[in-house]
Amino acid sequence: MIKSMKAKRTIGNAFIYVILTLLSIVWVFPVAWLVMQSFRKEGSAFTPYFIPKQWTFDNYINLLTDTSKFNFPRWFGNTLVVAIASCILTTVLVLLTAYAFSRLRFKMRRPMMNVILILGMFPGFMSMIAIYHILKAINLTQSLVSLVLVYSGGAAMGYYIAKGFFDTIPYAIDEAAMIDGATKNQVFWKIILPMSKPIVIYTILTSFLTPWVDFIFVSVIMKDNYDKYTVALGLFQMISRENVQKYFTQFCAGAVLIAIPITLLFIKMQKYYVSGVTAGGAKG
Amino acid sequence: MKLQSFFKKLSDAVSGFFAACANYFVHFKKGDIITKISYFIMGFGCFCRKQVVKGLAYLAIQLGYIYFMITSGVYYISMLSTLGTMQQGEVWDEALQIYRIQTGHNSMLLLLFGVFSIFLTILFIAFYFMSVSRAYKNQLLMEQGKHINSFKDDVRDLLDSKYHITVLSIPVILTVAFTILPLIFMILMAFTNFDQTHQPPGNLFTWIGTSNFSKILYQNPRWSSTFFKLLFWTIIWAFFATFLNYILGIMLAIMINKKGIRIKSFWRTIFVTTIAIPQFVSLLLMSRMLLDNGALNNLLLNLGIIKEAIPFLTNPNVAKVTVIIVNLWVGIPYTMLITSGILMNIPEDLYEASRIDGATPVKQFFAITLPYMLHVTTPYLITQFVGNINNFNVIFLLTGGGPQSLNLYQAGETDLLVTWLYKLTTQEQNYALASTIGIVIFMLLSSISLITYNMTSAVKEEDTFS
Repeated sequence: MIKSMKAKRTIGNAFIYVILTLLSIVWVFPVAWLVMQSFRKEGSAFTPYFIPKQWTFDNYINLLTDTSKFNFPRWFGNTLVVAIASCILTTVLVLLTAYAFSRLRFKMRRPMMNVILILGMFPGFMSMIAIYHILKAINLTQSLVSLVLVYSGGAAMGYYIAKGFFDTIPYAIDEAAMIDGATKNQVFWKIILPMSKPIVIYTILTSFLTPWVDFIFVSVIMKDNYDKYTVALGLFQMISRENVQKYFTQFCAGAVLIAIPITLLFIKMQKYYVSGVTAGGAKG
Repeated sequence: MKLQSFFKKLSDAVSGFFAACANYFVHFKKGDIITKISYFIMGFGCFCRKQVVKGLAYLAIQLGYIYFMITSGVYYISMLSTLGTMQQGEVWDEALQIYRIQTGHNSMLLLLFGVFSIFLTILFIAFYFMSVSRAYKNQLLMEQGKHINSFKDDVRDLLDSKYHITVLSIPVILTVAFTILPLIFMILMAFTNFDQTHQPPGNLFTWIGTSNFSKILYQNPRWSSTFFKLLFWTIIWAFFATFLNYILGIMLAIMINKKGIRIKSFWRTIFVTTIAIPQFVSLLLMSRMLLDNGALNNLLLNLGIIKEAIPFLTNPNVAKVTVIIVNLWVGIPYTMLITSGILMNIPEDLYEASRIDGATPVKQFFAITLPYMLHVTTPYLITQFVGNINNFNVIFLLTGGGPQSLNLYQAGETDLLVTWLYKLTTQEQNYALASTIGIVIFMLLSSISLITYNMTSAVKEEDTFS
């Protein structure tokens, strides 16, 4: 009896291994294709075969050195600058907002949270055109500053996840500190913040990643100013209809270069990511 | 949010408003000369009563506002009703007896700055009432011989009991500037005729009331048939994208977490890796792989599995299935990652007991796992559903809305409402129609969220402390 159950379990597990292996192949397939294409020597966009016939590093070398049409190194620098600036601004905004809604009690708290909830239900880029004209009115279009403002301007509205985390810290800690004479300002900087390392890291990383993956706001704000593009939009241009034949393999090379650091960061931070999303989700 | 309590709040707000108005006049009557003057010169009551910095700040606000209104504000607000009357073009100059080019009004900028001016006015009124009530309070404090907060005291308060003002002021300003103002602007645009033929600066556009809404619902058959078709597809899409991902993702998590499965972290990393790759990379690649002559068709043809290329993205119905399946590729690892931790919280004895009763793993999944997960993760599901209705990336990058269809107005067969909105603004420049759709999407989402939030028990009241 026990033996047959064991046998049954082994068969069940073997079955699961088979499924997991198949699924892994399906999931890795596009990624593997991307990497292989980036090393393909044959030009042209698509080949009728899956594995390249000749391998080369030229795609990477051209991408990084030939800046006559597509200036990848420059886009990379732009993105890095925007990412660092908007990451700092966003993190400060999000943490302060989350702290206020989680720890402080004031008359406008509920109404403000409700307004943010309602605002979140409008399609994000409905206001894109209006933002463009506001930036134009203050002479900021086609500049990296405007990108930073756009990425962090609405950032405070994404306070949920950090608030969910702050909510889990017992309020008794705050009270104890305040009895000892700490102001709320000190409580935030000296007590809550040091205790919230996961959520601080989470906020920094997610806000750092946004500029690397967004291509919509950049395209609206930068229009045709190639020099101010970020990598996402630049790569996007490489496989537009008129460029795809010549630049497809370089696109793949660029995509690999961007994807590697992002993937490593994400795998490192997935623990924080999960705790952030679930903490925010359960509390609303 | 019960209806009754809503009305109670509303009546409280109204009576509070009238009380404040009455107080405004009563305080003026009771006020001494300094208070009375501060009804006209903001900050006077602070300035004369030891609050020099605060008084100067109020005065600066008043002067700044007056300067703004005189130089531009009054003009913009007055232009709001027409959104400009002067069209760009040549006009006959009577005095010089020649045609000269006139620049004309720009309806877009007039609307933008008009909204901005009204916004500043509201802000100013709020500051005005604050300064007036402060002046009266200072007078009372003075009469009672109590302490009036100095600048130093105010700063101390801002770091402690009024810390929320310090903390929230910058987020609020940025949110207003980059979210609320643009949104109001776009909402107003839905009530204008700002389309291809009314593009500023060359042409003017003006208010046309709610006719955009009636056009989209029934008056304009081409618009309304497109709208309802896309709405239907958007809801189908959101449903499948949310629930298929959810259930299959949970199943994957269960498989990986099952006892006896080795190298768990290896399996998990494989799937997590695909989340981390930016969507514009992975989805664009997929779209190239799935072309009629793309890598996948070639592979299948060479292996002899199929005889003809599968029209993954070119046949309307196949394309719809394709986007849902590709979205599984995007979404399953995500659900797996999120739910893994929650799955471990399900009490083991539930499974133990059901096993003794002879339940199969499938039965366990539907009788224990799924109900438990649904209960815990309802808010997550709602946000996922809302997110999928607005899921721009998958459709835009994968099919671009295609295959194109002649039956639809400026849209393809797989376009969601939100990608249609995007196309209408960037390709067609029909901002009025796009804004109308945006508002409809908003109404759809808010009613869905309201209903589901009220029905679910998983939304806990946050613990309250004061």
